[in-house]
Parts: sequence; structure tokens; C-alpha cells
Amino acid sequence: MAVAIEAPFHVLAVDDSLPDRKLIERLLKTSSFQVTTVDSGSKALEFLGLHDHEDSPISTQSDQQEVAVNLIITDYCMPGMTGYDLLKKIKESSYLRDIPVVIMSSDNIPSRINRCLEEGADEFFLKPVRLSDMSKLKPHILKSRCKEHYQQEQHLQSNSESNNSSNPTSENSSSSTSTNSHKRKAVDEEILPHTIRPRHS
Amino acid sequence: MSLERIVSRVTSNQSRKLAGIAKYRGYLDEQFCQVEDLQDEASPNFVEEVVTLFFKDSGRLMSNIEQALEKYPRDFNRWDTYMQQLKGSCSSIGASRMKNECMSFRDSCGQGNVEGCMRSFQKVKREHAVLRQKLESYFQLLRQAGPAGAATRPVM
Repeated sequence: MAVAIEAPFHVLAVDDSLPDRKLIERLLKTSSFQVTTVDSGSKALEFLGLHDHEDSPISTQSDQQEVAVNLIITDYCMPGMTGYDLLKKIKESSYLRDIPVVIMSSDNIPSRINRCLEEGADEFFLKPVRLSDMSKLKPHILKSRCKEHYQQEQHLQSNSESNNSSNPTSENSSSSTSTNSHKRKAVDEEILPHTIRPRHS
Repeated sequence: MSLERIVSRVTSNQSRKLAGIAKYRGYLDEQFCQVEDLQDEASPNFVEEVVTLFFKDSGRLMSNIEQALEKYPRDFNRWDTYMQQLKGSCSSIGASRMKNECMSFRDSCGQGNVEGCMRSFQKVKREHAVLRQKLESYFQLLRQAGPAGAATRPVM
């Protein structure tokens, strides 16, 4: 049984505005998240271990020091790479696409909101973002964990059936069917987030 | 309101915010309260830090706009894009009067109204200066009241 002393969930926040970065960082920390902030989409991809033009990580060594990211929250309007562009890059990457993504925008434009949700964003926050919005984040992270555990179970079952083995498979075994991205190093439970398509529009 | 009531109101955290709102009615809205709510022992100077960043950021954005108004005549798209950023910043700290002037500017952009843009921009600048003055004196008062200044926090 994995009894994890859970490290806090790690959120990557992306916003080109300095005061907004400060605010979102505080909002997240107050809500018990570990936070990294960056000021652009390209820096976000860099942090996530991805170059703009690739969809596979810079290094795939499984023993490399990785920084697990459980959720990405990004501003929509940014110079260069917009939040939407960043979302697309994340969803196009087999390495990153399972991480829940939240978009923030000060403009309430339904077509923009729908476009983001259709592209795979899990949530859309109108700015200014409030403390009460933070409670919407954890469910997306947990959903992706539950689904991943279910998938792992399925995979382990089919593995043990095919191998005719009664040995319990290590939880940390990497599988070819699930992404290797963002394994949390410090805890017992493996977290492999999976894309959750929003049920609402 | 009697003096006793005023004094008892300012000794509570809640009243500090209410007093703040009363003084800054119109200048700062509910969002500023939200920012104040984020300040605690872990982040005891949070409000002032955010406000400082706001003025740094808005100063830069306003000078971009000023330059753009001169360098790119009738480039309403560019002007509007810059002003959208400034408006967003105002919105984040609850600077409502300044935000409204930003919105007027954007309306003028939408109408292709150069005169309107110029007038609105002057108002944006004025609101910016007034807000800076008010917040600077607000923080000064807080500092004078001292860290344990709940009981001696000045009436605003």
C-alpha cells in the first residue's frame, strides 16, 4: 500500500504581467500549492522540458532530475506565444498533454472561451482571478490522478495476464501506454496526469 | 458616526478594509479588498508589494502608449492593444476609476476618434497620479501606525 506523505501539488503559472504574476502566485500559495511563475509561453515550455519546435522532451532519461508539474495556469493575452498557442503546444505534445491546463483572461469573449475549451483547456477563469477560483483547480488534478491509477491498474492486469506472473508490479514501472511525464520523485504515489475533456462548455 | 464607533471600527481588521473602501470609494473597488485578503503573517507586505509592482508596470505601459500616440498616428489597433494591457493591470488591483478611463480610451479607439483618445489618455494619466498619491499616503499612515498598529491605526 502506498502511503504517501503528499508533497503539495505543483502549479506552473504563466503571465507576462508582473503584478498579475505576483497575485496568482499568492493566490496559489495561499491555497497550498507549490508555485513556479514564468513570464512567457516559451519559458513555460522550457520549464516543462520542451523546446518550441519539438513535441518530445529535451531529455528522456528517467533518472534525470525532473520537476513534476500538476497543473498549468496561463494568461490568454501574452505577446509572442499566447495562452492559446501554449495550450495547443501542450496538447500536441504526448509528453505534456495530460497536464490539466487553465486559461485566464480579462476579456469575457464566449468564442475565445469555447475555443480554449475545445482545444483541451480544463477551465477558464475571468480575471481578476479570486481566491474562490483556486478551489476549482484541485479537482482537475485529482481527476487526472484517478484516471491514471485506473489506467495503470488496467495495464498491470493485462501485463500480469500476459506474463502469467503473480508478482505485484512496481508502481513505478514505466509503461509504454502511459506518458512518462512528470513523475513526482519525492512521494510514493506516481502521478501521471491525463487529459480530461471538460463535460461542460 | 460617533468617535467611539469610529475608533472601535478601526481596531478590527475588517474595519480597516471598510475604512479603506470609504476613503477610496470609486478609486478602488472590491478587487482591492481581495488583494488585502491575501496579506497575512506569511506575506505581511503583500499589498504594498503588489501596488508597487502595479505602478512600475503601469508606468511602463503608459509611456509605451504615450510614445505610440506620437510615433504611430491613428494606429488604433496598436493603441488599443497597449491600453488593453493597462486596463488589465488596473483591473487586477481594483483601480476602478483608472480602469474606466482606460475603457473610454478603448471606446475612442474603436470609433477611430483621435481627439477622444487623447482626452481619455490625459484622464488616465490623471487618475494614475491621483491613485499613486492616495495609496502612497495610505501606506505611509500604515507605517506610522506601526506593525502592531491595530489599536492605533489612523481613521481614514
